[in-house]
Amino acid sequence: MTVEANLRNRICDLYASYAACLDDGRYGEWPEFFTPDAWYRVVPRENYDQGLPLSTLSLKGKGMMKDRIYGIESTIFHAPYYQRHIIGLPIISIDENSVIRCEVNYSIFRVKRDFSAEIYSIGKYIDCVHVLENDLKFSEKFCVFDNDIIPNSLIYPI
Amino acid sequence: MTTNGLDCPNGELLSPWRDEGSSRVPSAVYTDAAIYQRELDRIFYGPHWSYVGLEIEVPEPGCFKRTAIGERSVIMIRNRKGEINVLENRCAHRAMRFCQERTGKVKTLVCPYHQWNYNYDGKLLGVPFRNGVMGNGGMPEDFELEDHGLNRLQVAVRNGVVFACFDHDVESLEDYLGPEILGCFDRTFSGRQLVLHGYSRQRIPGNWKLMMENIKDPYHPGLLHTWFVTFGLWRADNESRLRMDSHGRHAAMISRRSAKVTANIEEGVTSFRKNMQLHEPLLLDIVHEPWWGEDTVCMTTVFPNVIFQQQINSLSTRQIQPLGPDKFDFIWTHFGFADDDAEMTERRLRQANLFGPAGFVSADDGEVIEFSQEGFEQDKDFATLCELDGTGVGPTDHMVTETLIRGMYRYWREVMEL
Repeated sequence: MTVEANLRNRICDLYASYAACLDDGRYGEWPEFFTPDAWYRVVPRENYDQGLPLSTLSLKGKGMMKDRIYGIESTIFHAPYYQRHIIGLPIISIDENSVIRCEVNYSIFRVKRDFSAEIYSIGKYIDCVHVLENDLKFSEKFCVFDNDIIPNSLIYPI
Repeated sequence: MTTNGLDCPNGELLSPWRDEGSSRVPSAVYTDAAIYQRELDRIFYGPHWSYVGLEIEVPEPGCFKRTAIGERSVIMIRNRKGEINVLENRCAHRAMRFCQERTGKVKTLVCPYHQWNYNYDGKLLGVPFRNGVMGNGGMPEDFELEDHGLNRLQVAVRNGVVFACFDHDVESLEDYLGPEILGCFDRTFSGRQLVLHGYSRQRIPGNWKLMMENIKDPYHPGLLHTWFVTFGLWRADNESRLRMDSHGRHAAMISRRSAKVTANIEEGVTSFRKNMQLHEPLLLDIVHEPWWGEDTVCMTTVFPNVIFQQQINSLSTRQIQPLGPDKFDFIWTHFGFADDDAEMTERRLRQANLFGPAGFVSADDGEVIEFSQEGFEQDKDFATLCELDGTGVGPTDHMVTETLIRGMYRYWREVMEL
């Protein structure tokens, strides 16, 4: 099915808003990018390519996403840092069930206090997007990262 | 007097320790390059068993996994008879680390530089132009293939878990672990078929021993980790036992979850959140498994490079690969059992959110290790204070103690002669 220019524009806006939300540190708003029972998964490419099911993070449903946000803001002790997402242009397709599938490269830089910027995560989002009451939401978001030796820890959503 | 092994002119290391005990660990033990080199030689390449992987990672002959012991790259590979070999990843010709993939399946092990070619037992099968070309060149008369195999390590496989050692005179794995730790090992690895769930990897900018200390330290989980204290997964009022081998080098922290909070246990514990509730209770959907007995957690540290984790339904091995005195890779291999039903597999994968580099109760362990290392670097004259519950070493039936850390350093001082 062809992807109309209007839909393509809206999906690009979705990614731009998603990146801005995380880079601005508005973590409380982050679950709102998802459908209620969406699956958010951060997974090393090593596992993904081999079909191994373990994820670095695997959150199913907005409830788990909210628990994660509580965790990063209130329970997990960590050095503070900024993230900066650079998201490429998505490859968009619509399958026979009208599910919108997007694949898009991302790179994320991390800046810790008193340190230079470093490459934090390089990978690809493999997503499903749903139209929910005229809004676009992720029903599935897999963050498959190539640099699978994580620089110590991964706290915030990516 | 010097506190830094490198300062000594004749190459001999001087001990940075100020006393005879093992409760005050000097900064140099975490930062000094010469001390670290001795650790590699005596601990990682000496008569100690190192974890290399699970048998299920190399299911068929020719399947291999590349990993490391200390800083030496090794290959775990299954041979035609079905046995596991561990071979050093270094060509006998020009030292190439010829194996670059992490896993795979090969017909033979070939070093691409000059196509020296080895079988699954590390035996050299042939070298190109051995007899020269048109009467010219070639290997000397006395060149024998059998003299130039890959370095083959001593291997021990117990119930699906593979260990290796560079020193062929090492004691048996069972003697190495001792009866108490062997019991903890066999509780999880009873011979049931395992299933690989996948890997998490993190590079932690700290000394490798700090991770061993972290899992020998029952004091911190109920303080640093809100989840542990609030949901009773690890708390000072839980019934618990600390065990170690006769040398003090290995240890196990064993405990039972309690949902009930003892009066005053949260006093002064700012990480306790009385009213914290999960939006998604499935994150802590704990189902008791018969093999646990009454214990809900058993964390076993096997010196020098592995931690075996059973924490509720989440199972993993955590491997340490040191990269200098101030850095190590920490590799988590999560697994389940072949007879797990789909729900149990899903549960183990869901509870994996608690662990690993992003885990609710372990992301912060890497962070605190990094900050400890920074402290050691900034003050070379510092020594730690591991004197909770005194200065002695021995098993306890409570967790308000640092005895297991003292046990490891008592052994470390013997081996290191420092």
